[in-house]
Amino acid sequence: MRSLKQPFFKTFFILTALALCLGSAYLFAGLAEGSWNYNIARRINILAAIAVTAVSVGLSSVVFQTITSNHILTPSIMGLDNLYVFIQTVVIYFLGTGEMEMMTRQNDFLLTLAIMTAASTSIFIFMFKTNCANVYFAVLAGLVFGIAFGGLSSFMQVIIDPSEFSILEGRMFASFNKINLPLMGISSLIVALSSVWIALDFKNLDVMTLGRAHSVALGVNYEKIVLKTFVAVSLLTSASTVLVGPVTFLGILIVSIARFIFPTYRHDILVPGTILVGICALISGMLVTERYLQFTVPLSVIINFAGGICFIYLVLKLKRI
Amino acid sequence: MISTENISKKYRSELVLKGVSTILPTGKIIAFIGSNGAGKSTLLNIISRLIPPSEGSVVIDGKKTSLWNTGDLAKTLTILGQSPQSETRITVKDLVSFGRFPHSNGETTPDDERAVAEALNITGIETLKDRYIDELSGGQRQMAYIAMSVAQDTKYILLDEPLNNLDMGRSVKIMKLMQKLVKEKSKTIFVVVHDINFVSFYADYVLALKDGILKYQGETESIMRPEILSDIYDIDITVENYRGKKICIYYK
Repeated sequence: MRSLKQPFFKTFFILTALALCLGSAYLFAGLAEGSWNYNIARRINILAAIAVTAVSVGLSSVVFQTITSNHILTPSIMGLDNLYVFIQTVVIYFLGTGEMEMMTRQNDFLLTLAIMTAASTSIFIFMFKTNCANVYFAVLAGLVFGIAFGGLSSFMQVIIDPSEFSILEGRMFASFNKINLPLMGISSLIVALSSVWIALDFKNLDVMTLGRAHSVALGVNYEKIVLKTFVAVSLLTSASTVLVGPVTFLGILIVSIARFIFPTYRHDILVPGTILVGICALISGMLVTERYLQFTVPLSVIINFAGGICFIYLVLKLKRI
Repeated sequence: MISTENISKKYRSELVLKGVSTILPTGKIIAFIGSNGAGKSTLLNIISRLIPPSEGSVVIDGKKTSLWNTGDLAKTLTILGQSPQSETRITVKDLVSFGRFPHSNGETTPDDERAVAEALNITGIETLKDRYIDELSGGQRQMAYIAMSVAQDTKYILLDEPLNNLDMGRSVKIMKLMQKLVKEKSKTIFVVVHDINFVSFYADYVLALKDGILKYQGETESIMRPEILSDIYDIDITVENYRGKKICIYYK
């Protein structure tokens, strides 16, 4: 199983070089003398957020596809980031501002995180226990879940007290241009810990590419690793959503490109590959919105446009099989 | 030795397996026969811990399956089900190398290399080792999965309809390979087979199920009788002798 690593070394080198070039282009290009201090700090924060998002979305999308045995679903397509926004709205709605002031932002985040992990893990387990084989059902259910949670969140945001809503707005509608800086530290920590936790199981996940029956026959503790992965995917999705907001089709875009560049089942190649592709895609998108479109179009729109096309292509390809 | 104690399996409200208790012999090819829905695959899947029984227990080498560590059990017993088409790009050699996972946990040792080379050799697919499995024909792919199970080097090998969708030539090849594994490596092989004549020619021992009940069990000779087979499959079956073996004729 070792021999495959060599041919990908060059690809990794090129991708890393590309990511570094794009990163420095973003960081230094067009800096005016007067606004140096302001701009460089802002740009460093954006690059850091991009790195955290790429790790979180890339890793969660690859392992999610492994345990669900398909190549067109990702946590975001299953409506997971909308679920996060919904839970956050509910937390703020029921706790209200009075109590919110006593709670620090981090406590609020951790509470949302706990509810999110419990809720999404139960939804996954329920869905994949009752209807395991059908990808179409899962896509449909995921999209319906996503729309339902999105709708419920908007509904609650409409009936919420206007002063509470302004607090909510500040916390919830993060984007790449409005990064949730106070939670940057804790969300990076969660992404880092979850990544290490999952990386320990890469060998088992390689075997799980073969499906449940073969994995069990080969002695993988299948149910335990599926549960663990679902929990980690929930944590990762929550962390990236709180930091930069939902970007539904980012995961599918970067995983599909990575699978094309790295045609392998090995997670120790595929995951870093996906993360590098994610970094390159996000920085390029950021360069386009900032420098050419003058912020008229948000980054998530560009990413969703490209990712959406990619998703439609994959669904059409699936139909042919 | 594998034995089952009163296993039953319920799907929703339907009992597909009703109190099966048996002791299975070792060092033989053991065929599971019965019509569709008789419970053969369910029984095989329960023995291999792929699905839990609703009642009863399976004992493998003196220990109940629920007490086995799943990683250790994978060094003693393996099951090969009907393989679904996989989207994953994986070469035959890598697939066969997965068979060594219970022994090496992904870090390939020289022992593993040897076992993989031997498995490729014994299944006759050495020339295909660098091909991707999604490019192979159904028969070649089946052989690759069998090679993975061979590389796993377990005492018990369970095969759920390995001859499905294969031509006669390849089916014979697979059954001969099974005989070789039993003879040369003293494996015990459990196999679900639909073609009764393959059972007659290659199996040493037969378990016959009907409607979830284990109805007959014994040496192949003793099961290949018209009245037993007619009962199992609910059609008239004539049994003829041909060069010391029994041939079943059920075409009308």
